[in-house]
Amino acid sequence: MRITCPLCGDRDSREFSIRGHETYLDRPAPDAGEAAWDDYLHLRDNPAGETAELWYHGAGCAAWLRVRRNTVTHEVLKVDLVRDVTGGDHAD
Amino acid sequence: MRYSGLQVLAQGLMGNRGWKPVWRDPEPKPAYDIVIIGGGGHGLATAFYLAKEHGLGNIAVLEKGYLGGGNVGRNTTIVRANYNLPGNSEFYSHSLKLWEGLEADLNYNVMHSQRGVINLFHSDGQRDAYARRGNAMINQGDDAILLDREGCRRMLPYLDYDQTRFPIYGGLYHPRGGTARHDAVAWGYARAADRRGVDLIQQCEVTGIDIAGGKVTGVQTTRGAIRAAKVAIVVAGRSGQVAAMAGLRLPVESHILQAFVTEGLKPCIDHVVTYGMGHFYISQSDKGGLVFGGDLDFYASYAARGNLPMAEHVMEAGLTLMPMIGKARVLRSWGGIMDMTPDGSPIIDKTHVDGLYIDCGWCYGGFKAVPGSGFSFAHLIATDRHHEPAARFRLDRFRRGVLLDEEGTGSQHNLH
Repeated sequence: MRITCPLCGDRDSREFSIRGHETYLDRPAPDAGEAAWDDYLHLRDNPAGETAELWYHGAGCAAWLRVRRNTVTHEVLKVDLVRDVTGGDHAD
Repeated sequence: MRYSGLQVLAQGLMGNRGWKPVWRDPEPKPAYDIVIIGGGGHGLATAFYLAKEHGLGNIAVLEKGYLGGGNVGRNTTIVRANYNLPGNSEFYSHSLKLWEGLEADLNYNVMHSQRGVINLFHSDGQRDAYARRGNAMINQGDDAILLDREGCRRMLPYLDYDQTRFPIYGGLYHPRGGTARHDAVAWGYARAADRRGVDLIQQCEVTGIDIAGGKVTGVQTTRGAIRAAKVAIVVAGRSGQVAAMAGLRLPVESHILQAFVTEGLKPCIDHVVTYGMGHFYISQSDKGGLVFGGDLDFYASYAARGNLPMAEHVMEAGLTLMPMIGKARVLRSWGGIMDMTPDGSPIIDKTHVDGLYIDCGWCYGGFKAVPGSGFSFAHLIATDRHHEPAARFRLDRFRRGVLLDEEGTGSQHNLH
């Protein structure tokens, strides 16, 4: 599996580490309540097919990336900088 | 047909022409008391214990592929009860006791071999942690022996004791741990369930779960609708998809775990050995192949195959620990789809739908749990009460913050 970093180009997946599903971008407010935090931390759609995840390019530009990927074929579909997805407001 | 030594002898003399198929291939009936979705180890064991322990007979197991074609046929076959946390400890202890009587229970040779599991440690801190774990195992009534370096050397002379980076300080020896023949476990439970009247229906994929007024009424399948008073979901890596049919969102993410086997070798590794400084575990199958595995690939996957970086990492860890395996050639590698929970512990519980039960989240420890999971899940389905050793495997423990994080690695699906 190779990932095309928007800043560094096409790279070996070993340069990256994965955080998890992009759910982690939607961090609830501290007082949002049990259900919201359960949703954020634990519950997952767990799709067989297209998904979107947060990856960190630790051995490259050190940017956080939002990687759209297929969990059945391992095809990487689209990679964006998290700062472009959130408008620079990275909640995590 | 009941198996016996005499029968094997008689069949041998008669050219083995008298063996019959060991389970029926029935058409699905329009209705059952209980429908179990998933014909893997856990599903088949659940069906068997529903029949054996609770005297229930009108049961179907629906399998979309073939029996035992999922993770029960794709693991590294390790059986152990070396858990630390209350909640896990008593469950795996119970499961190991079931393993010890399993062949007599099933009248089937599952080749359960209690060759011992040795978890190596490589620092003072790790020794302390394993000493504590060993005490927890002894308190649970299981067995644990803390080996020092020389004790390890006597049992495992082939390890690289002199490496400077991760020197071997000793190991926690669990004599009753070992391995079993993975496929035979699925086949043994399937045959025993069939003999007690359970319908095992293969090539039958569930496409919907029927719910009326908050109560389950049956399932839709590729072989027609089947009514059922109770429906049980036991589908491991596919739990997310099947639970979604009932509007249920699970604390589960499916990940890929790879395993490997070498060509057959003369007997050389007599135990199950795990490395404490790299994720690596190994045993030798009865055919002679070295069976080993390592960590998850860490990204969500349904591909049933991994990528090469983790394959390389596992080989490196193995060679660091036991350089002698470096000349062995790897014959096959494969991946299983692991239903990972955020705390690394499983779920055996009711759901928000009356009559709908779920057993999932075994992460990559499901094989040794097959008897215990089947027993406890059958108890829950039959009596609507949690079986005591599995009473903490609750679906809502994440929301309540009562996690069972055996490794203490935190609330993230790929960290366990």
